[in-house]
Amino acid sequence: MKRRKFIQKAGIGMAIPSLLGNLPLFANENQSLLQEFLNPLVDTDHVLVLIYLGGGNDGLNTVIPIDSYTNLAAARNNILIPESKTLKLNGVTKTALHPSLTGFQNLYNEGKLNIIQSVGYENQNFSHFRSTDIWSSASDADKTLDTGWLGRYLNEEFPGFPLNYPNSTNPDTLALQLFANQPLLFLGPNAQMSMTLSDPNSLFQVWPNGINDAANNSPYGRELNYIRTISKQSASYASAIVSKYTAGSNIGTYPADKYSFSDVLKAIARLIKGGSKTRLYLVNLYGFDTHSNQVDATNTAIGGHADLLKIISDAVYAFQKDLEAMKLDDKVLGMTYSEFGRRIKSNDSLGTDHGAAAPLFVFGSKVQGGIIGKNPIIPSQISVNDNIPMQYDFRSIYSSILKDWFCVGDASLKNILLKSFQNLPIVNNNCSSTALDDLSILEDKLQIKIYPNPVVSTAKVEVTVPSGISHLSLIDPLGRVVRIIHSGQLLEGMHSFTIERENLSRGNYYIRLQHKNGQKTAGLVFVD
Amino acid sequence: MNRAEFLSKFKPQKIVEKKPPLGGLETYSGVWTQKQVIHLLRRTTFGVKKAEVDALLALGMNGAVNALLDNSATKDPIPSPPLNLYSTTALPDPTTPYGQTFVDANPLTVIPPEYYQARINMVKAWWTGNMIHQKLTITEKMTLFWFNHFAIEADTVQIAQGIYYYYKLLRDNSLGNFKTLTKLVSVNPAMLLYLNGNKNSKNAPDENYGRELQELFTIGKGPDSKYTEDDVKAAAKVLTGFRINPLTVPISYYFDPSQHDTSDKTFSSFYNNKKISGKLFQAGEQELDDLITMLMDNIETARHICRKFYQYFLYYEITPEADANVILPLADFFKSSGYDIKLTIEKLLKSAHFYEEASIGCVIKSPLDYSVGLCKEFAIAIPDNTQKEAQYVSWGIVTTLAASQGQNLADPPVVSGWQAWYQFPQFHRIWINADTLGNKNKTAEAIFSSNGVVLLNVALKIDVFKFFENISDKENATAVVTESVALLYNYPLSTTSINYFKNYLTGGNAMGETYWTQIVLAYKNDPNATNKSQIETRLRPMLKEIVSQAEYHLS
Repeated sequence: MKRRKFIQKAGIGMAIPSLLGNLPLFANENQSLLQEFLNPLVDTDHVLVLIYLGGGNDGLNTVIPIDSYTNLAAARNNILIPESKTLKLNGVTKTALHPSLTGFQNLYNEGKLNIIQSVGYENQNFSHFRSTDIWSSASDADKTLDTGWLGRYLNEEFPGFPLNYPNSTNPDTLALQLFANQPLLFLGPNAQMSMTLSDPNSLFQVWPNGINDAANNSPYGRELNYIRTISKQSASYASAIVSKYTAGSNIGTYPADKYSFSDVLKAIARLIKGGSKTRLYLVNLYGFDTHSNQVDATNTAIGGHADLLKIISDAVYAFQKDLEAMKLDDKVLGMTYSEFGRRIKSNDSLGTDHGAAAPLFVFGSKVQGGIIGKNPIIPSQISVNDNIPMQYDFRSIYSSILKDWFCVGDASLKNILLKSFQNLPIVNNNCSSTALDDLSILEDKLQIKIYPNPVVSTAKVEVTVPSGISHLSLIDPLGRVVRIIHSGQLLEGMHSFTIERENLSRGNYYIRLQHKNGQKTAGLVFVD
Repeated sequence: MNRAEFLSKFKPQKIVEKKPPLGGLETYSGVWTQKQVIHLLRRTTFGVKKAEVDALLALGMNGAVNALLDNSATKDPIPSPPLNLYSTTALPDPTTPYGQTFVDANPLTVIPPEYYQARINMVKAWWTGNMIHQKLTITEKMTLFWFNHFAIEADTVQIAQGIYYYYKLLRDNSLGNFKTLTKLVSVNPAMLLYLNGNKNSKNAPDENYGRELQELFTIGKGPDSKYTEDDVKAAAKVLTGFRINPLTVPISYYFDPSQHDTSDKTFSSFYNNKKISGKLFQAGEQELDDLITMLMDNIETARHICRKFYQYFLYYEITPEADANVILPLADFFKSSGYDIKLTIEKLLKSAHFYEEASIGCVIKSPLDYSVGLCKEFAIAIPDNTQKEAQYVSWGIVTTLAASQGQNLADPPVVSGWQAWYQFPQFHRIWINADTLGNKNKTAEAIFSSNGVVLLNVALKIDVFKFFENISDKENATAVVTESVALLYNYPLSTTSINYFKNYLTGGNAMGETYWTQIVLAYKNDPNATNKSQIETRLRPMLKEIVSQAEYHLS
């Protein structure tokens, strides 16, 4: 898929400015800060804004491991960004950002950006659709789930939904997909928990409620009930959105972009300011499936990918500043994600094919600023088969946000994510927290030594761990776990394991060690 | 007990109904009434005309299905191609005079930049027109199926000529041979452009087409699909070397051996470790045939396509019984027929399973079903060939209505087509959300208004008297409602609901029915403006109300 946006796709003539144009604007766009202070409308719980980068974002050209430039140049010279053009981060020497990401650079330096390295899952699936479903449902790669992780979360919090919703306590849609549509993400066990809105005109509909013959449990009856439910909810949620939007107003200014992406974030800030109780928002930007023309042929710092990153970064920065001016920044957390990263080796079309793990950004005034994880290891000999192995399971991010941001208890967490995942120090908050410093100390204690390396048939792996349960696995070039070396109790100290190559083919493999919320990865090369 | 468990105790228990035994692929032998005919028409065409219902009712089940599948070139030829109605004297199209078709224009000739999109808009409007004016055949519904299956995006391809010929390819082969169609799609210039096939070279293969060919177009991701990432890479190597030749009319592909990977390609055990021998020079092109043969030899391809047929024509949910009794035998049939689409669709449309109660009325209409269906069901007047611009604008309005409801013709959101036809587990329900339902309601409001839906001085509106002609017992208010509902819903309603609609005709008072009879008789005796208006002001809001209910969105 090319640089296409949902906005144009979903229909015609529905650019966001018409959202503004159609609503009765009582509020003056340039209200003073004083008036904002006097505005009593703010009444919102914690909010999470998800930004989906559609198509699979090239992580290696987004968060650049500048300690691997030689190897990167060997693998992807035609799209590699010159080191001199990358953006430095305060106190960070080995990692830099794409030159378009000035907004993210500022956020990082202000301590409001958390970068999590090499997020993915075991046994990477390279299909857009399947991988998007895996991210939406939070399933293992080899299992399917017919509900979404946020659908299950909302179902834990609002278990009766949609019966008797909306109501006076919850007048607003629980989740809003604004110019986006990921049905599985918000699908709960009983109902679709989100409202999808891309055409503001639909807020001003008369919703018929004429006949109501009982619907039986036949396929016909089930579909009839579904349409009726959406119709009734939409009527109520639509008027709630209009009233919140009308009550709110923006303070900051937003940059214009050709996909009106920043306007969507602007509308969300305004809804939050207007007192909307919607907890979850999904927005998206498509075009990251950069098989070709990812960069300009004569200047790798610009081109299609650079344009998209700039749109996201500038808009997010404006959104954050707007929320800060509104004094609502403590209530809002944002997160980017994409269905996968891209291949280490580039192709001849100035692009990259589908890959595995990639970095993910979480932003907001309540994040623990910093980088979680180490730079990905780029081997010196790269084939088309080589991928970035995961350091962190994407569900560890979900779990940490649910636990630390939405204060979800352990029992509910298990219901939502079906098993336990590492808690990562992403968000600062009252419910619980794992300090980033503690994690660094722990990860410094984890050691992996492999010899000989490269390996012909047998290798020794020595790991050093604190006392407790440790997991040690061997990951192949495609990011698949091909061997569980150890999973269970280990005493503090050094432990030695032997790896027999058996039928594994040559290539770049990885040893991954996980202990509590810490992890370490080391490269291992099989040669013939 | 957590909160969810606690509350679930209060949920109404699901009623387990005794279901009649599920029909399979055996030929349907039950009654042939208006209900079965409307079901068949809704699933195989867009909207239902009373005249078509009567025609198929007379033919019996076998005859009706045969008639719908007879899309021979003499009975159902492709309409003459889309025209340049966009250029002006001041700004001509250098390739094409106004009023002529641009589909054979040389794509390398530079035209005013806005004309690239204008041409695509012409193709989209024209294609919608073909659906509105379709003959009584399955052709257009089937062509849309293939466009959703072998999806491309006009917005990405950007060459309207290519989109036209791609549509023509799908239409010409809509009931043809699936293996042939897959081959032709694989080398079609629009597809080569869309999935970067034209950039796939031996030095750095682009895997885009090799992946989608297996994942979406043939093998699929069914429970027994076990192809590997290495198979994707091997297929990508086979597919190296295809390039676009813009100098032919229409544009075509050519094979460039210097860009072709001549190594042997070995596939996984899922394909029985098939080896496609690398071939030199022009013979390299034949590897594509070997690849397609390998894909077609695998039963997963037949199963994948049959599941998609089922979800498009029957229902999105495939129960284990339906999989065992319908999909698997149909897939065996499809494969053993040498991938004959027509025979396979015929088997499905004549099956007992297709006509059983559970199969009827459960498809949520696609936006095109809804928008084109409105035009046909209410016989909305479209300007004829003597008013080309107004005609294309009318078709364009319908295209736009469907787009505002989430289906932009020729521009699906992704290579897997529209979400409603693939996204587990919501499927067709994705057509329904606050936006799209809102826009459907708005469409109903506008098209039933006296001005209609207006664009560029062309109005699409409903003449309710045309629909009224379908009603046999016009003087009887109850009959007007029940006959209307029978045509528009295909499910009977309760007396309460019939009365709800009838109140629009009778004003809800005791004398109302008599009064309705009187105004219809008065109109019969003297169809003057006043007598006409008396009926129209009652019939119009009633029909609008019928179209605005959830029931109308089901097919």
